Amino acid sequence: MTRILVISRPRLTVLRFDFAPFQLGGTVVSTLLNDPRQLQALGSAVQQAPYKAAPVHPVLAVKPRNTLVGDGALVTVPADAEGLELAASLGIVIGRTACRVPADCALAMVAGYTIAIDIAVPVQGHYRPALRWRARDGFCPVGPRVTPSSAVADPDALTVRTWVDGALVQAASTGGRTRGVARLVADVSDFMTLHPGDLLLLGGAYPAPRAAAGQSVATEIEGLGRLSLRLVAEEAPA
Amino acid sequence: MRTARVAFAGAVHSAVPHAQGLRLADGRVLGEAEVVWLPPFAVGTVIALGLNYADHVKELARELTLGARDEPLAFLKTPGALLGHRGTTCKPAGAGHMHYECELAVVIGRTARRVRAADAMAHVAGYTVCNDYAVRDDLENWYRPNLRAKNRDGATVLGPWFVDADEVPDPHVLALSTRVNGRLVQQGHTGDMIHRIPELIEYLSSFMTLTHGDVILTGTPEGVARVEVGDEVVTEIERVGRLVNTLVAEASHPQAATNPDRECA
Repeated sequence: MTRILVISRPRLTVLRFDFAPFQLGGTVVSTLLNDPRQLQALGSAVQQAPYKAAPVHPVLAVKPRNTLVGDGALVTVPADAEGLELAASLGIVIGRTACRVPADCALAMVAGYTIAIDIAVPVQGHYRPALRWRARDGFCPVGPRVTPSSAVADPDALTVRTWVDGALVQAASTGGRTRGVARLVADVSDFMTLHPGDLLLLGGAYPAPRAAAGQSVATEIEGLGRLSLRLVAEEAPA
Repeated sequence: MRTARVAFAGAVHSAVPHAQGLRLADGRVLGEAEVVWLPPFAVGTVIALGLNYADHVKELARELTLGARDEPLAFLKTPGALLGHRGTTCKPAGAGHMHYECELAVVIGRTARRVRAADAMAHVAGYTVCNDYAVRDDLENWYRPNLRAKNRDGATVLGPWFVDADEVPDPHVLALSTRVNGRLVQQGHTGDMIHRIPELIEYLSSFMTLTHGDVILTGTPEGVARVEVGDEVVTEIERVGRLVNTLVAEASHPQAATNPDRECA
């Protein structure tokens, strides 16, 4: 098992995997709306303005370096938010350069898997990238380790469980997605090359659990370990 | 001071301008075409602004689903999108409407967290020119502009020079222009930004810590137009630089299914 080395800097955490070529490069791309039940829940709104049609290609969001934190992180809930939405996701660690790979080759590009939680301030709407709600410091915990893909028989059939303050709030699977792991890697690599160390998130099951400041959150994915975090209230600006 | 990062004779070098082109740190003087130009600094998070010039908003008004905004429209890119001066960018097969966007790129030099606009410029290390292509055929209305439209490999061009902030005392008095095959197609002025640089840094740093090497692409004025394979696109910003890019056809990439020589691993 690969451990993740956490190098703390003032208010930033840099994550690295400790053996080549699986060093996390810091590029993290999250998949949104990958659970068909989420689009179903939007109903006829999908066909109306501003969307006008269901998404054709994967719906993606970059999680920038300021969002990356490790196991045990404290994540700040902004003062004007009642709580946060926590999409517990399979993290797909790219091991080989993937450019326009067909789906039947895509799993060969994967070095391993980890857990990531794509955090967002809950807001209505999916029209704009909404950095203010999705790219806040600490909004992408990753860890606790990378499990080599050779140790994961079927990445599309792993149990995902999330607890808030010890109570189970979501029991889901990595399966049943609009795009499973292979199809997702293939479709993303169709227009942007994925590089060794890139982390592609499968996306959480719908509905995503929510938690408030003061609560502890933990996610386990079968065979991949347990990723914990705690939500804290924002300090008033100095 | 202006610096570039170039590849030459098997290594990556820092270079400065010279009458004959550029001079490497070790003293070698080279012509502009003798080196491979890379993005001119170590790039961190790439934050791009959409719709940050009033005239461009008007230009796109017919296809915008929502009207005027009171908050900057920011989106993110990955490092794979970046390309240096004199590079080639693929126009994807089947893409119809792909266009250039000449933008002033602002490079962060000092960690910025909850910075007020009045203090923001102290966090700017310098500037470069960006040509941030868009493939409009690929726009979808989910987290728009989506990555397929704005994060193609090599479609965000930066350079040629990283220009120290002290060479550009006021970044809002600069003329921007784009020429396609020598013809002037886009003209604007950085004074016409809707959200100016100090305000953008205040806004972004209110929720995300900006660090050394992060770059803010500040949006493009009106005058975007479709470009074709073979076009030479020159984006220029007064006092900052002149950035050259050429559009090429997408190379054929045989898929494994149709190419028995290709192996998955």
